[in-house]
Amino acid sequence: MIRGEQLSKYFGDVAALNATDIHIRSGKITAIMGGSGSGKTTLLRLLAGLEQPTGGHVWYGDEDLCAMSVRRLYELRESMGMLFQYSALLNSMNVYDNVAFPLHEHTQLDESVIRTMVAMKLEQVGLRGFEHLMPSELSGGMAKRVAFARAMAMDPRIVFFDEPTSGLDPISAGVIATLIQDTSRKNRMTSIVVTHDVHAGLAIADHVILLWQGDIIAEGPPDAIRQSDDARVQQFLHGRPDGPIPFSRSTTSYIDDLTHKPGTIRLQS
Amino acid sequence: MNHSSVKQSFLALFFGRLGRYALHGVEQVGDASMLGLRALSLLFVRPWQGKHFILQLYALGVGSMVIIIITGAFTGMVLALQGYYTLAKFGSESLLGAGVGLSIIRELGPVLGAFMIIGRAGSSITAEIGIMRVTEQTDALEMMAINPMQRILLPRIVATVIAVPLLVSIFDIVGIASGYVVGVELLGVNQGAYMAELIAKITMVDIYGGWIKAIVFGFMIGMICTFMGYRSEPTTEGVAKSTTEAVVVSSVGVLIIDYIITSFFL
Repeated sequence: MIRGEQLSKYFGDVAALNATDIHIRSGKITAIMGGSGSGKTTLLRLLAGLEQPTGGHVWYGDEDLCAMSVRRLYELRESMGMLFQYSALLNSMNVYDNVAFPLHEHTQLDESVIRTMVAMKLEQVGLRGFEHLMPSELSGGMAKRVAFARAMAMDPRIVFFDEPTSGLDPISAGVIATLIQDTSRKNRMTSIVVTHDVHAGLAIADHVILLWQGDIIAEGPPDAIRQSDDARVQQFLHGRPDGPIPFSRSTTSYIDDLTHKPGTIRLQS
Repeated sequence: MNHSSVKQSFLALFFGRLGRYALHGVEQVGDASMLGLRALSLLFVRPWQGKHFILQLYALGVGSMVIIIITGAFTGMVLALQGYYTLAKFGSESLLGAGVGLSIIRELGPVLGAFMIIGRAGSSITAEIGIMRVTEQTDALEMMAINPMQRILLPRIVATVIAVPLLVSIFDIVGIASGYVVGVELLGVNQGAYMAELIAKITMVDIYGGWIKAIVFGFMIGMICTFMGYRSEPTTEGVAKSTTEAVVVSSVGVLIIDYIITSFFL
């Protein structure tokens, strides 16, 4: 089990995450949802060890990720995969080399075996035959699928997905969501999916965590989230512009700014 | 506010700003050194980066060859021209070979060569690593259990340390040869006098001094350019700023270190 204990992260004075406790269930799909700036990507990066928390710990079983040696961290990462929001394909390599990269780095497999494995992974994402293309020649959806194949290359036990469906057309988004669900179920992977795509998040997840301004405001199975009577949850799920979650995040009053700053228009009362 | 208090506040502002720049500079150099040393400490740690080192050496060395040859040739030619007309005033044209050779081997070869390498390869190293940061490629390497410091930074630093002295040697040879063409073939300096003075006045200490400068410059360029790329803000503006800073800091660093090393060899 992956567990975040009193996890907090500050960027300067801005809190991205406030002393949050989080439990990720092994072999299940956990969707971390929330609006832009709610702290979900920060939480994902903390769980993956890509950021150091300002406070708290990340536990992998009984090992503290924050106190782990680099060697041990890399050992652990050999059983992890990550799909990045903008794919993060290595742009000096073609599709084949990108997918084969972890296999070349961490295994002693013969090239013919690697070629077969890459073909299998690319077939899974529907891109067999595109091995020779460079990342710059791929569409957003294709790049995401190649990144998915690369994340799955080592058959990881834990996979992190950062906004896997953002910026994709509905069909490509559906393909990625189905891939995540099918692969996670078949391989009994622990999948952590960060998304603001309500439809995809609720459809594929076993457990949903909803964040707002760095705090968990709801968590549970998708049905429990759907039926939550928390007004913030309902506003987010239905995308309502009015509700307890404000659209404006300004720290000062708009009217005060207009009326009291020298050199600006003074409104007549 | 009277005149003396205006002067005082101006001085306070000036020295305050100067101090902040100096502290920032020292901090940057310290950070770059620490990052460079951390990368170098991975030199003998598996997996070996031999293939990546060769690729970087090729990109840096062969890629910079043309610009080094052109710069070396024109530097030697202009030195011969200037030297000839200056020495002719004292009737010492025969010293032209020694003048061109010493100037290039001891000073112009390492410094101008380093400048060209900073502009041609150093900036590209910073921009490349910076773009890898912006597009999360370094994070992707991390998540694939590949240390970006060992994979990205180390081969580039080692390649720079080796490529700079080699390129500077090519600069020296081309510069001296082109100086010979201008001096002997175009201006009519006696061939025997040119070569005799060249051989007699250049000692191994001069050659070693040039190489030591080139090795130190290579190490510094490698460290600063990789550091600036690795620590650049993950935005397009951040990468542009880092690339400019890498070129400026490396170039100023070359001049400062050049003075320090020269003062030891004279």
